[in-house]
Formats: sequence, structure tokens, C-alpha cells
Amino acid sequence: MLILECPYCGVMADETDLHGDGEAHLKRFGPGSSDDDFEGYLFMRKNPKGVHFERWRHASGCGKFFHAARNTMTLEVYGTYLAQTLEPPKAIIDAVKAKHPEWEGYK
Amino acid sequence: MKRYSAFAIAREAARYHEGWERAWTSPTPKKKYDVVIVGAGGHGLSTAYYLGKNFGITNVAIIEKGWLGGGNTGRNTTIIRSNYLQDPSAAIYEKARSLYETMSQDLNYNVMFSPRGVMMLAQTQAEIRGYERTAHANALQGVKTEFISPAKVKELVPIINLDGPRYPVLGALWQERAGTARHDAVAWGYARACSAMGMDIIQKCEVTGVRQEGGNVKGVSTTKGEIDCDKMAIVVAGNSGSLAEMGGFRLPMESVALQALVSEPIKPCMDVVVMANTVHGYMSQSDKGEMVIGGGTDGFNNYTQRGSFHHVEETVRALVETFPIVSRLKMLRQWGGIVDVTGDRSPIISKTPLGNTFINAGWGTGGFKSIPGSGWAMAELVAKGEPGPLAAEFGMDRFTEGRFIDESVAAGVAH
Repeated sequence: MLILECPYCGVMADETDLHGDGEAHLKRFGPGSSDDDFEGYLFMRKNPKGVHFERWRHASGCGKFFHAARNTMTLEVYGTYLAQTLEPPKAIIDAVKAKHPEWEGYK
Repeated sequence: MKRYSAFAIAREAARYHEGWERAWTSPTPKKKYDVVIVGAGGHGLSTAYYLGKNFGITNVAIIEKGWLGGGNTGRNTTIIRSNYLQDPSAAIYEKARSLYETMSQDLNYNVMFSPRGVMMLAQTQAEIRGYERTAHANALQGVKTEFISPAKVKELVPIINLDGPRYPVLGALWQERAGTARHDAVAWGYARACSAMGMDIIQKCEVTGVRQEGGNVKGVSTTKGEIDCDKMAIVVAGNSGSLAEMGGFRLPMESVALQALVSEPIKPCMDVVVMANTVHGYMSQSDKGEMVIGGGTDGFNNYTQRGSFHHVEETVRALVETFPIVSRLKMLRQWGGIVDVTGDRSPIISKTPLGNTFINAGWGTGGFKSIPGSGWAMAELVAKGEPGPLAAEFGMDRFTEGRFIDESVAAGVAH
């Protein structure tokens, strides 16, 4: 069972208390953007076999959105961090690199 | 290829069964093929089969990183139905269902298609309206379904509890000619037929790169060396994302684990397939007597092929309400498969930004039932370079154009 620590309330919440909300750090495109950008924002998703950054919501807890760094192959969790970040913080990147030196880094 | 028949069994019985030949060959790859199909699951093999049968293209290699039929083809709950709401879905799934009817004869391989009937329970008022609408849509599409009363449900499934505490059975969408088939046999039957047409099925060979030249595909790099090709078809379900990355394009798809479980064998008690979408559970009885139970998908991307444990509890809890007799059953096995789910829950059969490269993916939770129809449509796309009527609506460009095939009934559960 997947367990993530909510960075707001500090609770170790299991997946039945959480709601996964897909890829993190999406760049948003609105009216006036090109068709390709808009399609990319709405539908195109990273689908890595390995390290993945996601948005989660502590649905049955504080109700807040947060980010998590996770491995989709092993369900290993590298850490969680606040929603108000545009890309993964250095501490999280370092935690991933410590486990997987060969990892290419956040793209 | 020696034909299988009653006569063949008698002949072999008389000589200690020494004359059976291998169902398919395992050749070393040639330098170049007309078409390379990546992925020897049901969809890849049926694509190859219809390329040969309908278009006479037999210089084909089917490359598989594991063993054939070892992915989702061997991990589903074997249900076949075509009672879809949207016209393009109903057309391709009904084509598939009709091909299943004669598949054993076509392939000379017993796929044990059993048109026992599939029933989708309506347990809320909203579901009644939804299924009545689907039944009307199916009538216009030429797919034979009907909305039946609770009394008829009880007549067809005596073990059902109509007055469940949370979700009473209010009726059902009934497709009489839907059913189940032996999933491995579908892959094996196609593989044997492809091999007999001279195609090469190359197992334990992983594609590590896609070589391109002037915007067109030139070949693939594999763990068994370089293989050139004129055309490439990517039919790899959950791993489509990795292959697309090698080809240099993106897909509107995410992979999640979908799980199923099977009980100890019991005496025959239910001769139809019952699906309960509101409570996320569905059940049928296999020929061995096991109750085959399908559950929900995980709510997050993963490639683990096992699935979250709490889904087992949710599924089983729901089924115990509807089928009280299963409360004492022991579960024998549980497993998961990786399904690739698109934004509108409909598949992609499409050209790609890379020239002469085609993709068939995104079947999500409905892959097994569509195998022959998907292969039929994909073969036409690969052979002609343009989609035929079955595949026309399933192009990748529908996401740019906002032309979705919105199958909410296919939303992550119950296939």
C-alpha cells in the first residue's frame, strides 16, 4: 500500500486517504496559445517507468494539494513537498539521485 | 502446418503422440522485413494475421520482449462484449465480437469462445437511464442488446441477491451473444497461423531504439541486433510511452495497474457474465469452476503488475452483497496488468509523427475483447497507410481537434 507523508499536516496517509491527481508541474496554456500547446497541456502526459513527479491531494485529511516524487516501477517514495513549487526542490532531487545515481534528472 | 482435427487426434493416439509439431517456430531475425510489429500480444499478433490474410503481406516480424501473450493478453478476465454507447466504439468492438464467433474455425485452433451472455447490472436510477440509452444506441448500431427487468435477471442468475442493502438490482443491460474466450488460446492461435504464413515471431527480444532517416522509420535496434523495416507498428499497450519516446513523439496516455482475482473452483453456479459497475466488481465462472473476478484500477501511474490491496477488499465486499454465496469462497490467485488509459478512455489506432510508423494503443481496460477487431483495423492502416472505416475515428489527432470518443462506460473499470 502506498503511503505518503502530507507536507502540510505531517500525517503519514495511505492511498485510501489520498487522491492522485496526475503529473506535477504542468505548464498551463490558455486562450491564445497554439493548438499543440493546448493539446499538450490538456492531454499529453509523461508516463515514465521509474521516477515520476505527481500531484496528490490529502482528500480525507487536510484536503490540501501537495507534490510527491515516486517510482512507478517499485512504488518507492522519495519525498513529498509543497504544492507552491514550480519544479522539484533540490532536497527531493538529491534524494532521488542518492538512490539512483544513473537518473537523468528532472526534465 | 498440420491441421488440428479429430482425425489428427486419432492418428497421434495411434503413434504415442509423437507427430505433433511445434505450434510456431522461433527463428533468428532476418536483416530486413516489410513490416516490423513491436509487441506479440493479442493485438500485435492479430495485426500480423490480418496483414497476411487480408493484404497478403507476410514478410513480417513480430518482436516481443518477453514471451508471446505474456502481458495483458494473459492477465485479463476474458470478457467479450460490444454494448458500447458511441458509434465508433460499437463498430470496432462488434467487429471484434463477430470475428470471435468464427475464430476457432478461421485459425483451426480452439479458442473456446463461449457466447454465454453478458449482463451489466443497473443499481441506481442513473444507471437505468444510462443503460436504456445504450440499449437504444445499440439498436441503431445493429448490436443486439436489450434492457431486462429484475425478474429476468433473477431467472438468468439464480444466485443473485436482488435486494442488496446498498444497491438493489433494478434491471440490467443484456447482450446475449457476448461472452468469454480462452485468452491464451487467442494469442497461441494467431501465433500459429502467423507462423504458418511465414512470419517470424521473435520472442525475448527487446526493442532498445528506433532508427529513423529523413522523418521515416528505418529500423529498430533490439537486444538481438539491428532489424531494418519499411513500416513499423507499435502495439505494446502499457509500454507505449517508452516506445513513443524512442520514436520521438508523445502520447496522451498514462499507465495504471488493473487487477483481477480468481477463487477456488466450485460446481457450476452461474452461466453468464455479470458486471456491476456502480460497485466496481464483475464476475464469471470459468470452465474449471473458478469464479473469475475483476476489480478496479489503481488511482495513480504505475507499472507494478500487482495492484493496490485495498481494491481487492472493495471489490469483494461489493460482490458479497450482490452474490451472498461467494462470502465463503477462498481466493486462489490475484494479479495485475498494466493498462494504458487515454484522456477519453478510447483507444488510439493512428499514424504517428514519425513516417511509416503506426500505433495501436490505449485500449485501457478493454483490450482483450477487441483483439480481432483491433488487428483487422490496424492491418488496414499499416497496409494502406491510411485508416479504414473502423479506425478512422481513432486517430491521435482527435485530441488536437477535440473530437473525442467519450466512453464513460469504459472509465477505468469493468471490462
